[in-house]
Parts: sequence; structure tokens; C-alpha cells
Amino acid sequence: MSDTAVATEKPKTSFRGSGGVRGWFGRQPGWVRAVVALAAAALAFLLPYVGDIPLIGPQLITEGIDWPSALFNMSYYVLLALGLNVVVGYAGLLDLGYVGFFAVGAYGTAILTSKDSVLYSHTGWAWLAAVPVALAATMLAGLILGWPTLRLRGDYLAIVTLGFAEIIRIVATNTQTFRGDRGFTGIPHPPGTWNGKVIFGVTDAIPYFWLGLVVIIAVIFGVRNLDRSRVGRSWLAIREDEEAAEIMGVRTTKFKLWAFSIGAFIGGLGGVLFAGEQGFINSSTFVLQFSILVLAGVVMGGSGNMAGAILGGALISYIPDRLRGISVGGTDLYEYRFAMFGVVIIIIMILRPQGLIPSRRRAMELKDRAKEVAPL
Amino acid sequence: MLLELEKISLAYGRIEALHGISLTVGQGEVVALIGANGAGKSTTMRAISGLRPLSSGAIRFDGQDITRLRADLRVVRGVSQSPEGRGIFPGMSVRENLEMGAYTRRNRAEIDEDLDRAFGLFPRLKEREKQSGGTLSGGEQQMLAVGRALMSRPKLLLLDEPSMGLAPMLIQQIFDIIVEINQQGTTILLVEQNAQQALSRAHRAYVLETGRIVKEGTGAELLHDPAVKDAYLGVA
Repeated sequence: MSDTAVATEKPKTSFRGSGGVRGWFGRQPGWVRAVVALAAAALAFLLPYVGDIPLIGPQLITEGIDWPSALFNMSYYVLLALGLNVVVGYAGLLDLGYVGFFAVGAYGTAILTSKDSVLYSHTGWAWLAAVPVALAATMLAGLILGWPTLRLRGDYLAIVTLGFAEIIRIVATNTQTFRGDRGFTGIPHPPGTWNGKVIFGVTDAIPYFWLGLVVIIAVIFGVRNLDRSRVGRSWLAIREDEEAAEIMGVRTTKFKLWAFSIGAFIGGLGGVLFAGEQGFINSSTFVLQFSILVLAGVVMGGSGNMAGAILGGALISYIPDRLRGISVGGTDLYEYRFAMFGVVIIIIMILRPQGLIPSRRRAMELKDRAKEVAPL
Repeated sequence: MLLELEKISLAYGRIEALHGISLTVGQGEVVALIGANGAGKSTTMRAISGLRPLSSGAIRFDGQDITRLRADLRVVRGVSQSPEGRGIFPGMSVRENLEMGAYTRRNRAEIDEDLDRAFGLFPRLKEREKQSGGTLSGGEQQMLAVGRALMSRPKLLLLDEPSMGLAPMLIQQIFDIIVEINQQGTTILLVEQNAQQALSRAHRAYVLETGRIVKEGTGAELLHDPAVKDAYLGVA
């Protein structure tokens, strides 16, 4: 799986032909792959008990934050990375304001459910009832952002998306309706009881993590099907050469809007889960840094590859949480989390510029673009 | 007439690149559009494909006005382009690139037939079928661009600089294939800097200078025109 593989005499176009774990996986018949995928999913559900593994377990789990909460954090970061991967990785649209959709999902939930909401006397819904409305709102937000930016490319698009997220944050900070820093309290948790006990309580984060995992698995299946359909083919063509795609008869505007609204939908899922777990949101959660962090996760993991996005999303949440509560010579490493994190990202990007689990096509595109910059 | 441009003008921002160009391409013809760098050749192609809107004028194709028709629908009507710089999808394999050319079509059997036809025209592409488009040589990419443009079963094939960056041997070969494609029944509008080749292969040609058509005639006429010889064919 080295980068040089594409430069050799007979380049491999499919990971199926190559060595390494992915090469092996790709060559297996369908049922083997299904079993492996199921086993991986089952192991993911057991992650809260990693600490019980002798020797390695205690090294892996977080110290400054309880492990199930760290896992839940990872789950919504992974969701965001998966959603951003659709926009950036598949369709090739650089979105620097992705947190905006996360915010719309969370605020959508809050305003329909919290007792602090101006709508409370009319709505005051349960969490589950608010979810579809909040998600519809995020998809709409995706279209609203997508529509005027259809003609923009590259840097210009990035700046407009950045502005979009800032508008949402500033509106949330400065309007009465969205309550700024005071935020919304008492957002209800997801429903359900088990043996007479509430499943989604305040003290135990494990059920939230599991819920996040279920949503992630559903998203993986949905995105995978889209990627293999005509929609995915259209995104790929747009990403590789938008003008050529248009000449082939791809209705580029339509598929770019699709990418924005599907990406927004997945980000919104992260938002409603976040609001449902925290029970409280305010405007200081949805800062620009958040968008950049998720983008860093996608790029670090391997833009355009779902496995990469999942790994990257998990790492951007795990690394800082793992540093929490560790002190070296009297200073808490958590305070230096972003500095250390930055170093880690730089090292990864030097060693593996296409990401930890790169997309083979993306690797090819990068090479192609390098040629344009410095012709032979 | 299969294609008719009537006084089309097109501007990039405030700069007008085409000043009222009129030209026609008849059914079954090979028409060449020659001119220097920046004369507006590629811009004309982009206008026909619908990549840029016109500021005035009209485009008629196959008897219908397509001036305001979306680019993707023009492909469905039968306009196909092999763009300047080839526009190969670098991460897609040769086969996937060709399949992309058939994006607007659904009939699997017909698409497979056309794949065979493209591989027949360019046996080299068959050898490279599974290789990424980005790893091909310039000549192979050019073949792929032309083959891909054919995959939509166009009535009109637009070829933008098919000889650009190719070795002399390959230039001969690609023009031979262009003529072959035309003889199989596809009308061709060709943009070229290699005026010698273009004029000797085309039925008719137009000379474009700074966004205007300054001359037109049969290929043979222009090939022997002193002014054209002087400006585009190099003095022997």
C-alpha cells in the first residue's frame, strides 16, 4: 500500500490487486467480507469495556474523562467526519464551515424541546419528535449554503462556507431567540426504558455511544450505496474534473447540491445526538476551530475513503481526550493538547500525505495535480 | 445544417472573447477552425458545449435552438466534446473514463458495443484498460479523450486540439483516426493549431483571429491561400 505503487511500471488501479490488509480484504468473497465487517461492528460495540483487557486496556482508556463519554465524543466526531467526507472527499468541495450544520442540528433540537425555548409553550416536544424536523432543517441549510456557492470553486467556496458557519455562530450568540452563551438547558434525552430503568440517563454514557454507533453504521451503509450509484460516479467526476464532468453530461449543479445536503444531514445527525446527550448547548460549542478540526481529521485519515474518515474522526477526538488529566512535571498535558495534536498531524501529513488510509483515486489525482504545477 | 452559430458573442467578465462569430457545420462534414493562441477557438467550443453562456447570438443544433440549453442536455441531444487539455479523469481507469463518456445513456448492450468500437479504434486503450487515466502518456490520454467523447454516440463531435503535445508520428495517426470516425458517420468540428494537418483533412475551414472569423473556404483553398500560408503554415 505504499505510495510508490502507483508510479511503478504497471500501476495498480484497484486495491484488490495489491498486498496489505485491504488487498486481502478486497479479494475475499462477499460472505467473508460480511463476516469480517460484522465482527468489526461487534468489537466496536464492546469498546466501552476495553479498560478490562489486562495490560493494554488501561493504557488505551482516557484518564481525565470517563471512557464511555470519550467514546461518545468520538462517535459524533466520526459522524461529522463521515459527513464532511461526502462533501470534501467525494464531491471535492472544500467546506470550512461544516460545524454550521452540526449547530443547526443541535439548535433545531434545542429550540423544539428545551423549556428555555421561545417555542416551548407550543412545542416542548420529546427528543425523538424533534429529530426529523431538526434534520430536515439541516438539509435545508445545506441547500441554502449550496445554492449560491454552486458557481464558486476552491478557495472562494472555502471562504463562503467559512462565512456561513460564522453567521450561524454569531446569530446564535447575539439573538434572544438562540440565547447566546446562556444556551438551552433541559434538552430531553433519547427515549426508552430497559427493565424499568431509563436507558439514556445522565450518569452512564455507554448507551449514547451505542446509539451513536448504530447511527454511524446506518450512515456507512447509506453513503456506501450512494458512492456506488450514479450519484457517487457523478461526484467522482466532478471532483476529478468539473468541466469534463459537465461535458460528459453530468448535471453538476444538482449533484453538488446533493453532496451539500447529504453532508449537512449527517452533520445534523451529529448535532441532534450531541444535544440529546449533553442536555445543554450554547453558542460557545460551535466555534470555527471545530470545523477545522473535523477537516483535519478527514484529511489526516484519508479524504475520499470512509475507513479513513472514521479513523481520522475518532483520532481528533481521542487524542486530546487521552491527553486530559496527564501531568508531566506539574503541567497538565491537556493544556497543550492542540500543540501536541498539531505536531502529530504534521508528522502524519509528512509521512502519509494522502492520509492514514488513503483513497487510491485521490492519490492518483494528487499526482496529476502535481504534474500541472511542475510540468515534466 | 447540423450546427449553426449565428453571430455569437461571449465575454469573460468585461473582456469580450468572441465578437459575433457565425459558422455552420453540415451533416457528415469535417470542419476545421484554425487560428493563433487566444484567437477564441476553445472559447467557441466551450460555447457550443454550453460551458459558458453567450452574451448575444444564437446556436442552432439539428434544427433546434440550443442557445440556452443546459450543458448536460446538449450531450443528450448529441453534442460531445474532447476538451482542450484532454480533461481525463485521472483517478478513473481507462475503462471507467470511457464509461463516463456514456454517462447519459442507459442501454448496457449498446454501451458495450461502443466500448468495443472505441477499443477497436484505439487498440492501445484496450491494453491499458485497467490503468488509471492519470498514468497514461500524452498520446494515450488524447486517444482516451477522443474515445470517451465518442461514447455518447454524438451526432457532432467537437475536438479541441487533438494533436496538442503529440509526437509527429502520433499526430498522423490521430488525424487518420479522425477521418475514420468521420467516415463512420460522425460530423466533426475540429480546433487546431496544426493548420497543415487540419486543412488537409477537413472539408471546410474557418480562420479565427482575435474573436472574429477572417476567412473561410474549403480545406484545399485555405491550404494554398498566401495569407494563411504566411500566418499559420510557416514559410517553407
